[in-house]
Amino acid sequence: MKPRQKRFALIIGALAVLGTAAALVLNAFEENLVFFFTPTQVVSGEAPKHRAFRIGGMVKEGSVQRDGVNIRFVVTDTANDVPVTYTGILPDLFREGKGVVAQGKLDDAGKAFKASEVLAKHDENYMPPEAQHALDKAAVEKASKTLK
Amino acid sequence: MINWFKFSAPSTFYPLAGKLVPVFWLLAAIFGAIGLYIGFFVAPTDAQQGEGYRIIFIHVPASWMSMFIYCVMAFWSLLGLTFGTRLSGMMTTALAPTGALFAFLSLWTGALWGKPMWGTWWVWDARLTSELILFFLYLGYMALHAAIDDPRRADRAGAVLSLVGVVNVPIIYFSVKWWNTLHQGASVSLTKSASMASTMLWGMLIMALAFWAYTLAVALMRARAIMLEREANTEWVKHLPDIRRAA
Repeated sequence: MKPRQKRFALIIGALAVLGTAAALVLNAFEENLVFFFTPTQVVSGEAPKHRAFRIGGMVKEGSVQRDGVNIRFVVTDTANDVPVTYTGILPDLFREGKGVVAQGKLDDAGKAFKASEVLAKHDENYMPPEAQHALDKAAVEKASKTLK
Repeated sequence: MINWFKFSAPSTFYPLAGKLVPVFWLLAAIFGAIGLYIGFFVAPTDAQQGEGYRIIFIHVPASWMSMFIYCVMAFWSLLGLTFGTRLSGMMTTALAPTGALFAFLSLWTGALWGKPMWGTWWVWDARLTSELILFFLYLGYMALHAAIDDPRRADRAGAVLSLVGVVNVPIIYFSVKWWNTLHQGASVSLTKSASMASTMLWGMLIMALAFWAYTLAVALMRARAIMLEREANTEWVKHLPDIRRAA
């Protein structure tokens, strides 16, 4: 092998080792890299019990109740639901049926979540209002068909 | 076949770069004007976010460029370490400040968008944190390179740093897939059709072209300056028309 080929092979080899090391480290840190827990994880007891964490999912349709700044809503991943209480101002993008991430703790019973901070999670869809209306209309029509 | 090694000599690369710089400035201006026009006037308002989404016309191309420029730096570093070409280190050094600029723009515009949309300027999720690390890698490269007086040694040290740091780029890109993050997933990718209205997509792609052209223009200008500085005592620099006229 020419020296330059040897150097090239050495660098590629070192990069491969480094990449593997990074992959292993990230794998080991998996749990700490998770920004939020899903309602299913919370219900199955994977989320921490007496420590603050974040819960993420969709705001369940029709679940938001406002009483001044006291807000109750349900976070769902369609499989499981977790009720959330929060006191404060909600971000603009907080809507029923849209993504949400709340920081807080489970109550002593481990059933309800008391949030100290609520963030809206936007999805990757960007569309003009007309397209959104068309989608909503199609969804309503589909729903009425299934009801018949 | 083109003899690529011919262009790795600063004496042939310098005049070539000089011819390319104005072309790329012109392209950057044209694409920038069209892209911003589409971004501000043609693209429709977003159904959820209202007008605030328009930050994507800067944010997304800047983030792409910040990752792409780092990959190009790693590529030059690999060539530099393998073949010992002088040009490689110069190009890597010339690209670093622009990469840092785009990483900063991406973080800054993201924070401006995050406050009204998410409700916070910053969160330590995997996407935001890995992009911040990328910004620090750029700063680290520049600091390391500037700290070593001998340019050839500085190039080698910088090349090792940029090759080690390139591991971070796929982490940034796939972070939204691998982990639960507050940052949304990719709206545009090679494997599925874009989940955004087509005028929005076009505005973003044209802005990306403008950023490409801008990067090439400033990086080549910077590379030319570095060449003159480092090779000031060589024959080819002494015989440059610009230098002879000045003398």
